[in-house]
Amino acid sequence: MARTTKPSPLRVLIAKPGLDGHDRGAKVVARALRDAGFEVIYAGLRQTPEEIVRAALEEDVDLIGLSILSGAHMALFPKVLALLKKERASSIPVFAGGIIPDEDARRLKKAGIRAIFGPGTSLEEIVTTAQRLARSAA
Amino acid sequence: MTRARPLPPAARAIVSGDRRALARVISQVENREPSAASVARALYPRTGKKPVIGVTGPLGVGKSSVINRLVARLRDLDRTVGVVAVDPSSPYSGGSVLGDRIRFERRVDDAGVFFRSMASRGEVGGIAAATREVTRLLDAAGFDVILVETVGSGQVDLAVRDVATTSVVVLVPHLGDEVQTLKAGLFEIADVFCVNKADLPGADVARRDLAELVGLGGARSGWRPRIVATSTTQPSGIEELWSAIEAHEEFLDRTGARRADERRRVSAEIVELVRERVGRELTRRLEREPELRRWVDRAVERTLDPHTVADRLARALGSR
Ligand SMILES: Nc1nc2c(ncn2[C@@H]2O[C@H](COP(=O)(O)OP(=O)(O)O)[C@@H](O)[C@H]2O)c(=O)[nH]1
Ligand SMILES: [Mg+2]
Repeated sequence: MARTTKPSPLRVLIAKPGLDGHDRGAKVVARALRDAGFEVIYAGLRQTPEEIVRAALEEDVDLIGLSILSGAHMALFPKVLALLKKERASSIPVFAGGIIPDEDARRLKKAGIRAIFGPGTSLEEIVTTAQRLARSAA
Repeated sequence: MTRARPLPPAARAIVSGDRRALARVISQVENREPSAASVARALYPRTGKKPVIGVTGPLGVGKSSVINRLVARLRDLDRTVGVVAVDPSSPYSGGSVLGDRIRFERRVDDAGVFFRSMASRGEVGGIAAATREVTRLLDAAGFDVILVETVGSGQVDLAVRDVATTSVVVLVPHLGDEVQTLKAGLFEIADVFCVNKADLPGADVARRDLAELVGLGGARSGWRPRIVATSTTQPSGIEELWSAIEAHEEFLDRTGARRADERRRVSAEIVELVRERVGRELTRRLEREPELRRWVDRAVERTLDPHTVADRLARALGSR
């Protein structure tokens, strides 16, 4: 083991907490991040906050992306942040995408979600932000 | 085992069950960081006694689903399990989507299981090398059984033999022609065939066809590959699958094949490491040393041929 010429790929966990059954948006984001050179660990649907945090730690990711449509974000996102804190892993930035009202978004950002993307956000913006956040943590 | 020197802190943390430390060192191994090499070296004497089960086969046959069921079975048997699932990196971006975790269910507080996704990051030889290091870390971390998932395409599946003590090849009914083309690669490495999706029609036929092919192949070094039908959706055959794997592991112990296989693997690993080092050194010297540069130039100009240059180089290097 020696010699690193290329920078190591950044690792991101993409997970969908909550009970809604659609992950098209999350998959599109996952592919965009892959095309930007990320190693995307795709955890899939209906993940509990506990499962998400455990996956993030086992996979040693630089970033966590949460996608949600069900409206349960005010319960689930802070739970993820709290569990990360409990595990002393608050240095892993968390971003979120989905249908999140402005007022909620403000509160979630205050709680520590680093970026929130609504339905109209361009993939380019998501990728750029993800790179910035992940590099700040890596 | 003599172990006079104390372990470096990261190695000690891994041995004592610190999963965060394990996760971090795995990243360092993947990134080929020098710090990982010293941890790997320190832990090496503690490794090599655990069954490492390679699970390979074409995309979509249910490898991850089978692994999920196997893990549950092993937990019922009170065995702890480390899993590493390898997926290819995109040759264009270097990125990847690692989706094997989707199939993975467990009690979230079960410390007896560790699951890690890994991207191949391009180099075929490199996959085997990094995967091997990661299985050793899982071994040193104390897991009773180590499972490795790889996609069986081209050379990747063959790399499984360089890592696993038992190789399971997963197939599905109605492979037809595919079985023929797979024969060359996957048949050479299979200790156990798992015909998954046995809930679908055609599983019996597939099993029979396979049995015929296995019969033709004869028994490789005294072991005739077992064939097991499984379903992960209407769970069946998983206990039989584990029994077949255990039977092979027992065969390895009974016949001394375990040591012979390990010897072959370690020897290949050493050759690979030397090849890497010598290759690197040679590339450097071919650029720097005027005399060696001239030989290359002459080959370019066709006044020498590459074989002759190689002969001379081998002699020149050997004499040092
Ligand atoms: N009918 C049926 N489908 C299965 C079975 N095992 C897996 N699958 C499905 O096959 C697809 C691929 O499974 P996965 O485990 O991801 O395959 P892998 O690519 O080989 O790891 C998924 O849609 C699974 O639900 C099985 O035993 N029966
Ligand atoms: Mg898989």
